[in-house]
Amino acid sequence: MSEATPARPSPEELDAFRTEVRAWLKDNKPEPPDFQLPDSFMEVGTPEQFEYLRAWQHKVYEAGYIGLTWPKEYGGGGLHGLYQGVVNREMGAANVPFMVNIIGLMWAGPVILQLGTHAQKQRYIQKILSAEEIWCQGFSEPGNGSDLGNAQTTAVRDGDEWVLNGTKIWTSLGTEAKHMILLARTDPGAPSKYKGLTFFLAPVDIPGVHKTPIQKMTGEYGFNETRFEDARIPGDSILGREGEGWSVAMATLMFERGAAEGQAGGLSMVPLRVDDVVQLARECKRDGRPAIEDPEVRAELVRFVMEERALGLCQVRQRIPGLVTERPHAIMMMNKLVGTEFRRRLARFAISLQGANGVLYMGDPDAPDGGHWQRNYMNAFSATIGGGTSQIQKNILGERVLGLAKSY
Amino acid sequence: MADIELSEEQGMLANSAGDFLQKHSSFEAVRQRLASDSGHDAAMWKEMAALGWLGVALPEQHGGADMPVGALVSLAEPMGRHLFASPFLATTLAGRMLAVGGSEAQQARWLPGIASGETIATVALTEPDGSWELGAPQLRAERRGGGYALRGSKTFVLDAAVADLVLISAELEGVPAVFAVERAALPDGALRREVLIDEARRGYRLDVDDFEVGADSRLDGDAPAALDHAYRLGALLVAAEMVGGTEGVMDLTLEYLRTRVQFGRLIGSYQALKHPMVDIMVVQEQARSLLHHAATIFERDAGLAEVALRMAKAMAGDCYTHAADRAIQFHGGTGFTYECHAQLFFRRAQFCEYSFGDSRHHRRRLEPLLLEEGCVWESAHRLVPGGLPGG
Repeated sequence: MSEATPARPSPEELDAFRTEVRAWLKDNKPEPPDFQLPDSFMEVGTPEQFEYLRAWQHKVYEAGYIGLTWPKEYGGGGLHGLYQGVVNREMGAANVPFMVNIIGLMWAGPVILQLGTHAQKQRYIQKILSAEEIWCQGFSEPGNGSDLGNAQTTAVRDGDEWVLNGTKIWTSLGTEAKHMILLARTDPGAPSKYKGLTFFLAPVDIPGVHKTPIQKMTGEYGFNETRFEDARIPGDSILGREGEGWSVAMATLMFERGAAEGQAGGLSMVPLRVDDVVQLARECKRDGRPAIEDPEVRAELVRFVMEERALGLCQVRQRIPGLVTERPHAIMMMNKLVGTEFRRRLARFAISLQGANGVLYMGDPDAPDGGHWQRNYMNAFSATIGGGTSQIQKNILGERVLGLAKSY
Repeated sequence: MADIELSEEQGMLANSAGDFLQKHSSFEAVRQRLASDSGHDAAMWKEMAALGWLGVALPEQHGGADMPVGALVSLAEPMGRHLFASPFLATTLAGRMLAVGGSEAQQARWLPGIASGETIATVALTEPDGSWELGAPQLRAERRGGGYALRGSKTFVLDAAVADLVLISAELEGVPAVFAVERAALPDGALRREVLIDEARRGYRLDVDDFEVGADSRLDGDAPAALDHAYRLGALLVAAEMVGGTEGVMDLTLEYLRTRVQFGRLIGSYQALKHPMVDIMVVQEQARSLLHHAATIFERDAGLAEVALRMAKAMAGDCYTHAADRAIQFHGGTGFTYECHAQLFFRRAQFCEYSFGDSRHHRRRLEPLLLEEGCVWESAHRLVPGGLPGG
């Protein structure tokens, strides 16, 4: 990036900024809608949910509270990362909605800033922040989930254009998206499957792109299957270089898994907190007594609090070089695995606090916490599977961090 | 103030420990020392003293470096990693108990020798009932002539045979007291060497019956505070040893998984072995974060420091005992032999787990600290409840 490293703010400057953010959030937190909001961008299933969340992101952008570390010339704040950290924490504490354009903010934007041309940055970055242009991701295919390198969607050059054919799956926000980060095969004859891939910034609101919503196990929508049939995209849609799509995809996944910094910030989902589960344990009864009095429940709650605390402290420790010498990148690389599995287990445990009422689901007026935990448990799998399943994450950690031989 | 801090001095301590232990605590050296009677190496002890390790957290006016108590973790962690055994833990605990509960005169008498390495000291706090609560000792003290007479038993008095000074906790007229006694003054036969699962360690049972000690041997300061300090510092240092030990046993196991071939493949390529190693690493990283947080706030905020410490010891315990257990299994038949170094870690992990409170002990005590309404944890960390999403 062309701009100089931004100055580190003093504690006083940060305090003043925190006060300002807190006041803004208090005044601008949107009224809860009269419909159910999703828990993450992967669960946005109706136009009204989408518009509500898009309006909120736009408002946050106008106030200057996302993209604080991104370069000013492309619409960012040009500030030190500590400022964005303050905003993220305050947003979590204020329980405001999450950002809807997550793929743009967290993955596409950072990778464009890292590897894109000046023209691409000018074209895309500011509209990612403002939520004017929504992004989706086209990595997985029906036949290739975790085996991303085996992508079969093809891109064939034809004059000034590329012609796309194939099918991508699990495209969240697929119906609302204007652009897709897309991994496609440009050289089927390449010596290895990884070498024939190219990374595209592809428009998806064009002829030849067909989107079919997928109904999830919860009964809701949120993901799509996106089929390309001779869809023609501009010749300059490549990010990085032709044939080097695999390394660009890997760079993107580093952002997706939280293993690299440079995301625009803001909340990416409704935080799932042990505090809320402790509160639930006080309110729910098991066999006539508050769940929090059950010795087994207490023991498990302690384990969850400890684990949540430890995960938070890992983020502190990883910034202290003297305390990560053995495995400098381990914490960054394990964040996805650990965070998503933690959410899944916590949601499952929360249901178990509810006694016989644990079977009530969202929509039933008697459901504890409105059935939130039941839905959350099911939706938790989208994160333990998406972005590389937990099992694949363990292979990656075992091989790259622990130096073990590749698994077949 | 940050939740985790590492001062430059602490970093230097850790580095010097790493170098020293590479030299003095190879597997061969550990095995040689554990086969000896005292388990102690006087020349090495002198080197440790010269490095300043024995006065790290003792007052400057008594020859110490006056560093924060949490800095000791930077020594204990690499010691655990290298399976090191020495009177460091015992001497450090005794020195800190004197610093907390001894009068100025008592500190002046004992601490300079401890800080310089001339005096090896130990603590006699645990009793035959095996309780980890150190605040209510049952060994009886009564006034006798101008001094006191002690009657009762203590267990796990570490390195007592080479110690010059023993701090003994007792009940005196219904309240806890601590007596600083020269080991040479103990009656013949008062010490019996225990058979410990960790063969590198030396523990002794102490039995006294009408053992008379002078009036000036009783610590004049706050004895309950000294006992509480010993409990907390013991837990912190053993937690550090366990986090380091997990690192060491992971290294050993990973090395085997990287080199052993079965069915034509490196066994580390099998997910049945690879994935559990990742699980161990993930918990080790978490335990290490809790440990360094506990060390950072050890003297900062009593309530939160207790929470942090118990979390650290509990998770370090779960982590090390599991990693050592899997180390035996993943080494296959080799792992079952005395020759395989995995057993050294395994035995150490067991020893550490049951020193200064096992994981269950600390988790049980965390329950009220974390779950009661209005608890200190809640006011410090809990966000406003009821923040669930939805309409």
